[in-house]
Amino acid sequence: MSTVIDDRAAPSGGSEFLAGMRRGIPIMLASAPFGLLFGALAVDNGFTVGEAVLMSATIYAGASQMVGLELFGQKVAPWLIVFSIFAVNFRHVLYSAAVGPLATRWTTLQQAFGFFFLVDPQYAEAERRNEQGKPVGFAWYMGMATPIYICWVAEAGIGAAFGGMIPDTYALGVDFLLPIYFLGLVMEFRSRPMWLPVVLVSAIASIAAYYTIGSPWHVSVGALAGIVLAAIFAPVRERAE
Amino acid sequence: MSTTVWIILAGAVLTYLTRVGGHLVLSRFERIHPRVEAGLNAVPAAVLTTLVAPVATTGGLPELAALVVAGLVALRGGMMTMFISGAVVLILLRNLL
Repeated sequence: MSTVIDDRAAPSGGSEFLAGMRRGIPIMLASAPFGLLFGALAVDNGFTVGEAVLMSATIYAGASQMVGLELFGQKVAPWLIVFSIFAVNFRHVLYSAAVGPLATRWTTLQQAFGFFFLVDPQYAEAERRNEQGKPVGFAWYMGMATPIYICWVAEAGIGAAFGGMIPDTYALGVDFLLPIYFLGLVMEFRSRPMWLPVVLVSAIASIAAYYTIGSPWHVSVGALAGIVLAAIFAPVRERAE
Repeated sequence: MSTTVWIILAGAVLTYLTRVGGHLVLSRFERIHPRVEAGLNAVPAAVLTTLVAPVATTGGLPELAALVVAGLVALRGGMMTMFISGAVVLILLRNLL
């Protein structure tokens, strides 16, 4: 393991950390309602407060945590819940591959620690900072990650503690908030290539699977249909070998 | 430990692997095959769609209306605006109908 410490990338760790925090705080505020919602829904789906906090602290990926809850509530086989969490988070492979070259001045230990916090906005801001010609230093990166992470974990606990007190979950629509949330995430990805065909094919395939082979297979079958479609129609450039 | 804790920890390990894996594995290749990249790019939308579409077919009027309104609002507003619009429609219709 490399333990070389390179100070060139860190003109001033403290000011870099604060610069990162300034990028992190808006994201911390925007994600707060969903952190609280996660805690409340976790309890509604049979989690304890401790389990809700553990999930936010160790997985730290909102969409996949909600997916885990939804499937947990449907009494789906444990391995399939784990696999679905993995599938939703698989996009991080691309973020990691993109951020890796920006973090070459980090030590191996800093990389191993820092990549844990590589959530969607963290990736987006790192790319943005690099495009501005500024170094993506470890202090800046952790300055951004710290407020988002601490609040995300705390919100799970607060949401879970108060979630059990909701009197009439049906009247408040609690059982149907997740599909609305997932629809919002689907819409957030709409600028990606092939988005509409992928969504349509996955929708049709998942509905068909839901009514034939049944839950939970509609998740894997529907997702696979969309992914295969995107791969088949990917613009592969003609190249002279 | 309970099954829930095991599910959480296994999910956490795999999630961490996706976050370090790209740097460790993909960076060793000169380039990612375009089909693989296109497939990976489609994963989030494809997986998340399967959690909405079948549920939409089983829902009643409040549920469908909430999804339609939220979907339309998402074209213009941000995540928070769309989520609150959908939730408001859902709660109103469930209590009024």
